[in-house]
Amino acid sequence: MAKAKPWLEPHPHGLYVRPADLWIDPSRPVERAAVTHGHADHARSGHHAVFATPETLAIMALRYGVDAAASRNAAFPYGDGFERGGVRFSFHPAGHVLGSAQIAMEYRGERIVVTGDYKRRPDPTCAPFEVVPCDIFITEATFGLPVFRHPPTEGEIAKLLAAVRAEPDRSVLVGAYALGKAQRVIAELRAAGWTAPVYIHGALEKMCQLYAVHGVDLGDLRLVGESDKAEMAGQIVLAPPSALNDRWSRRLPDPVTPMASGWMRVRQRARQRMVELPLVISDHADWDELTATIAEVNPQESWITHGSEEGLLRWCEMTQRKARALHLVGRDVEDEGGEEEA
Amino acid sequence: MKRFAALIDRLVYTRSRNSKLALIVDYLKHTPDPDRGWALAALTGALDFPAVKAGTVRALLASRVDEELFRLSRHFVGDTAETAALLWPEKPLHFRGGVGVGSIGLAQGRWTPPAATKPASWQVSLPSPEGEGGLSVTQVVDALSAATRSDAPAILASLLDRLDADGRYALLKLALGGMRVGVSARLAKQAFAQAFAVAIDDVEELWHAIPPPYAQLFAWGEGRAARPDLADVAFFRPFMLAHPLEGESLDLSDYVAEWKWDGIRVQIVRGGGETRLYSRGGEEIGAAFPELLAAFDQDAVIDGELLVRGEAQGGAEGGAASFNALQQRLGRKTVTKKMLADYPAFVRVYDLLAVDGNDLRGLPWTERRRQLEAFVPRLADSHFDLSPVIEATHFGELAELRAGARDAAIEGVMLKRRDAPYVAGRRAGLWYKWKRDPLVADCVMMYAQRGNGRRASFYSDYTFGCWTDAGELLPVGKAYSGFTDAELKWLDKFVRDHTIDRFGPVREVEKTLVLEVAFDSIHASKRHKSGLAMRFPRIARIRRDKPAEEADRIATLRAMVT
Repeated sequence: MAKAKPWLEPHPHGLYVRPADLWIDPSRPVERAAVTHGHADHARSGHHAVFATPETLAIMALRYGVDAAASRNAAFPYGDGFERGGVRFSFHPAGHVLGSAQIAMEYRGERIVVTGDYKRRPDPTCAPFEVVPCDIFITEATFGLPVFRHPPTEGEIAKLLAAVRAEPDRSVLVGAYALGKAQRVIAELRAAGWTAPVYIHGALEKMCQLYAVHGVDLGDLRLVGESDKAEMAGQIVLAPPSALNDRWSRRLPDPVTPMASGWMRVRQRARQRMVELPLVISDHADWDELTATIAEVNPQESWITHGSEEGLLRWCEMTQRKARALHLVGRDVEDEGGEEEA
Repeated sequence: MKRFAALIDRLVYTRSRNSKLALIVDYLKHTPDPDRGWALAALTGALDFPAVKAGTVRALLASRVDEELFRLSRHFVGDTAETAALLWPEKPLHFRGGVGVGSIGLAQGRWTPPAATKPASWQVSLPSPEGEGGLSVTQVVDALSAATRSDAPAILASLLDRLDADGRYALLKLALGGMRVGVSARLAKQAFAQAFAVAIDDVEELWHAIPPPYAQLFAWGEGRAARPDLADVAFFRPFMLAHPLEGESLDLSDYVAEWKWDGIRVQIVRGGGETRLYSRGGEEIGAAFPELLAAFDQDAVIDGELLVRGEAQGGAEGGAASFNALQQRLGRKTVTKKMLADYPAFVRVYDLLAVDGNDLRGLPWTERRRQLEAFVPRLADSHFDLSPVIEATHFGELAELRAGARDAAIEGVMLKRRDAPYVAGRRAGLWYKWKRDPLVADCVMMYAQRGNGRRASFYSDYTFGCWTDAGELLPVGKAYSGFTDAELKWLDKFVRDHTIDRFGPVREVEKTLVLEVAFDSIHASKRHKSGLAMRFPRIARIRRDKPAEEADRIATLRAMVT
């Protein structure tokens, strides 16, 4: 096992950058936090000062009431950054959700990159992942087992549209997490030529508006609460996963329930959740993306966190790469199926 | 395999029976022979490839994939076939990402979304019928049938190489058996009948007479050939079934009464030198009861109750053990000598459908009974006896006898019209089952789970318990029926308002609601902590008036055990 670098300390509740006295994605309130992206298991409320991309800051303002305009908080577009305590910080696209960033840090000639969550496939709602060469690469491992190979997104969207066509009297209720997945599914639908209104659960409304403000056109969106039951037959409805089989869904005409998540690759998982149509659409890198990324970045050392660390560690061992697992707490992979706010 | 894999995939996620039916109907109508026949055989568990076992798959995977990664994956997925299907190495998908960047800071400034692209057509077609280059079900079946223990791994590997993940899953499930897609033989036959607009009774009869891939069956279904001739074949005759008797009384000069024994309904058929044992759904269960197959040496078809020797039902005279004893023998592929000795099975015969080449089904019950009484002595009395007719002169007397059946642990009484022929299915006015009144117990709701399909948004499956002497609540059963729609709504709300913990899909509730549970019988069971298992439990009433402390004790239930 490699030793932790003296200037970057992994703690159960986050990574602490000692010379800068700053935390990355801390799971409890701190004085200074650099945040990779807006999901609740990375972005928490209550920090005194937040450093993030403008989009992430806007998302945190929406979700946690962070005052994005306050001078103690600072927004950095991709490629940009700041220096503190001799550490040079910069933000680079991670391809996960709108505003998601890898955070690169350089200190005394050594560079460490924290990926946050990331993926490598195209996503119409965010900037593509950028490879940043570094000495230490701290990667996520949500899908760090070789059973996870996400099929091409177009095929999954085609499945969804085929279901809509096959059930003209039912609405197709897609379970998708409120930040990122929902907007991506809508954008992919638009790219596939679906121009009809998309009906959304109230919990998705504000985030969709935020995406639109940041230039991601999601087309005609309507609230389920303000729409007729009959009007939603043969149409696509999006809701957070927790609403799929809940009382809320009774207001829809006999809904078919696809669920969009990387976990859907495993039948047993999908069945447990009573999903009728599993769509393997993920905002996390699959096994091939994870291993290819480590190979491409080719760091001296990889630190692996939240997910199936063991699988990716084993791969590093097999390919003679130096690696260790970081055990951070509070990483419940919010956007891939954890229960969340309605 | 594409169509078959898509069918399996859809069936896995389809919960409603009618939707499953529609999927199979569509597949059968639009898939060529012999693929559809093999697929049907795979769905109903009629295929067996002795050279291919789970161990073959594990060994094969070990040669292709790192053992540790396989172990971690298997642990996560929980099923060998699915793990293998997902893990099988294939070329990684190409993804478009940031290409190797030499220095930091290439992407500067704020990201702008790409301009809207021209809408592509989203029309996609379902997989087309196989045969144009892809691997067909038939090719797979042929290859697996020809495999020997030594070349099975290589054959399996070459098949896996030619399929995608869904195809590999379908292949491994087909090869290893145990599809687990919720399709019974009955459902498959129904799909066939519906697909080709033929009578289900005909399908039932022909099904077991024709081996996979059922070419003659499809030819007949599509009107291309006459109904296959079944002389000299041990085929299954669809059962005659009974309606429940609800309140009405019957004239015993028109109806005859027999005890309703608590076993399973079976049919034994001997024809063309072969003997087969069928369960009610028309599934062959002979492998679990080799002694019955060996003992049935007459060219005939009988209908009866499969039981185990004992004294729980009707005492020494009744001669049958409880259903629980029979359960030890059910669902086995092979039986040990010890099982045969500890749970000796026999059939209590109540009808004769054919004998010495004559079909008796068109004759009235009285005539069949006369022939049955003459026939049974031709069978070994160690394994076959005659179901006696209950002597009662009028309906009131029968009602009294039925009430006494509680102690005898018999399920109730059957009433059969004396002049009725033996007809398939449930026909009004011919046969009635008059079950004894159910047992009831007051239990406390402990856990709840959501239902399926139409009930997916309702907590409709309830686990309930009774009190130990130490004042602890132990689960005694689970029920998901017996209530009205209005009661379901109320129960759903109760669960939501009184949840104290969640375990995945299961909610634990406050132990305050008493449910009156009705059940047919209760047995000792090692599977449950309470040591009890109920048969056919259902919610009889919601006892909002009753405090939970006053619900029944485990000891009370134990006293009802048969």
